[in-house]
Amino acid sequence: MGDFIVDIIAATLRIATPLIFATLGELFCERAGILNLGIEGTMFFGAFSGFTAASLSGSLWVGVLTALVGGMLSGWLMSLLSVRLGVNQHVSGLGITLLMTALALFGFRVIFGESRVLPSITPFSQLSIFPNSPVLGEIFSQYTLTYIAIALIPIVWWVVFRTNFGLNLRSVGDNPEATDAAGINVYRLRTIALVIGGALMGVGGAFLSVAQLGSFTFGIVAGRGWVCIALIIFANWHPVKVLWGALLFGSVQALQSRLQLTGIKLPYELFMALPYVVTILALTLAGRNASYPAALLKPYKRE
Amino acid sequence: MAKFRLERAPAPMWTKALIPIVAVLVTFIITSIFIIMAGANPFEAYYNFIIVPLSSQFSALEVLVKATPLIFTGLAVTFAFAAGYYNIGAEGQLYAGAVAAAWVGATFTNLPSIVVVPLMLVLGFAGGMLWALLPALLKVKLKVDEVVTTLLMNSIIMYIISALLNGPWRDPETGWPKSPEFFEAARFIQIIPRSRLHLGFVIALVLVVIVFLIIKRTPFGLQMRAAGASKAGAMFAGINVNRTMLIAALVSGGIAGLAGVSEIAGIHYHLISELSGGYGYTGIIVATLGGLNPIGATVAALFIGLIDTGAQTVSRVLGVPVYLGDVVQSTLLLVTLSMLLLQNYRIKRI
Repeated sequence: MGDFIVDIIAATLRIATPLIFATLGELFCERAGILNLGIEGTMFFGAFSGFTAASLSGSLWVGVLTALVGGMLSGWLMSLLSVRLGVNQHVSGLGITLLMTALALFGFRVIFGESRVLPSITPFSQLSIFPNSPVLGEIFSQYTLTYIAIALIPIVWWVVFRTNFGLNLRSVGDNPEATDAAGINVYRLRTIALVIGGALMGVGGAFLSVAQLGSFTFGIVAGRGWVCIALIIFANWHPVKVLWGALLFGSVQALQSRLQLTGIKLPYELFMALPYVVTILALTLAGRNASYPAALLKPYKRE
Repeated sequence: MAKFRLERAPAPMWTKALIPIVAVLVTFIITSIFIIMAGANPFEAYYNFIIVPLSSQFSALEVLVKATPLIFTGLAVTFAFAAGYYNIGAEGQLYAGAVAAAWVGATFTNLPSIVVVPLMLVLGFAGGMLWALLPALLKVKLKVDEVVTTLLMNSIIMYIISALLNGPWRDPETGWPKSPEFFEAARFIQIIPRSRLHLGFVIALVLVVIVFLIIKRTPFGLQMRAAGASKAGAMFAGINVNRTMLIAALVSGGIAGLAGVSEIAGIHYHLISELSGGYGYTGIIVATLGGLNPIGATVAALFIGLIDTGAQTVSRVLGVPVYLGDVVQSTLLLVTLSMLLLQNYRIKRI
């Protein structure tokens, strides 16, 4: 039983990692007033570009860095549309998802061809912090990216709530007119937020291919981006609650897959659909009181 | 160095008609970069993309087959967006319609076509409506943003379908996750022999006319467009905006449900989880390209159908990955979106 719990905790951290990265990315976008539905495609592109660069260069960290840059590009493209031009955020975000997904699929076929054998790399190995402790040793035997993800939580909290940049970010998402009047460039700030957000989403995607799987499959992201869209609402746009939400989701998934192995017959789909159902429920209960950034979805036009 | 800046200037009327044509040209210029990266000649590629599919009867009909679900989903998205309700859930509503059709098509084995087909259409429409109901109610009653909820509903139904196909509907003989095969009477008739073009295409065209008449020629359509243009303005004019949005959302879901019926009864004859190749999302492209006009959406759906067919030709002839079609479609969407806004600006030297 003890082993079982330790195993679940370890798996929870692994499953939560890409969600933490990408949800923190979405947090930057939404705090600045932009709903970035490009998240799913950006993660997918991150998984593709990370894997491809790692495979071609032979260095996994080059892969992660490439995914980061790819994500930044995706965020910048989103900013061109939704910030500079003021295009409807739903449609432009979905457009970005469609484009980044298509580019990843196209690029993968161009570079790797249509081989029968799935191209693969040796992924990151896990880093053990307490090699001598039986319990902590197994729990904290994780990928470096997982430790980075957890370390990002206080960093993002500090950036958003304790720096000038964070203050401007929050005000631009709540009241862009007033922020502009205070002499801050709304367009530039929102662009920066989207670029940072895209970078985090890209790394989240790369975790799947470069650390967890060691290869790139077309179903690699499988709606995790939409889970993050749900998580950010669930977390009330707060970095610490993002961690709790991601861990909760991760633990349900971990429990589900372990129960599957023990042969207990439960439709796994029930667990997979749970985060979506819970989010809709949370939105319903919060209703009008959900503390959306006030200017979310509203394009800013300087008169 | 000369500096330029964008200055707002209202667009003259004629630019609106030019946008689709210019957008297609710009898209082709952008995507030719990717064609060159794939080691092919862009001119040759576009010849195979656009001209070759239309040069034989079989592939030209195939364009119509590919366009059929997109006309449905394009209309569905148009209907909701026109009323200012951002239904991103056409994909899920399509599957809801397909589930209803799959149940009818495998259950009422004794009924003739004339009964089964209308029953499928009605229940498919109802299925799509049902899947659109919760987000619409939440929007109207509690002001919960419909974009997120409709999007999440898409994911939920995929797991329901997975549970159905791995559970009660699993093929008892092969064990494959696909629902029982439709009996003969429940299958849509082929319009043209030896092609895949089926009754769904005709139904789609009829629906185009109906939706056009509703949006452009009825008082309700006027209310929809007023709500879409400005909720506050419509409310001020005494229009019940909530009721209008609710109805638009439900009808939109119903139309998306018909897309599911058409695909399952016209092409596949059983439910699989890959029934839609993202038609619900492509419907958003179609509706945007069509300028939220039913006729425009139809033209856009035919064009996207052509791109889908052409991508297969390009892949077969030149070895360019078939995903070029997806690249072209999504680029076209983003270029069109940008141009719709850019037309209101002019470049000024300062």
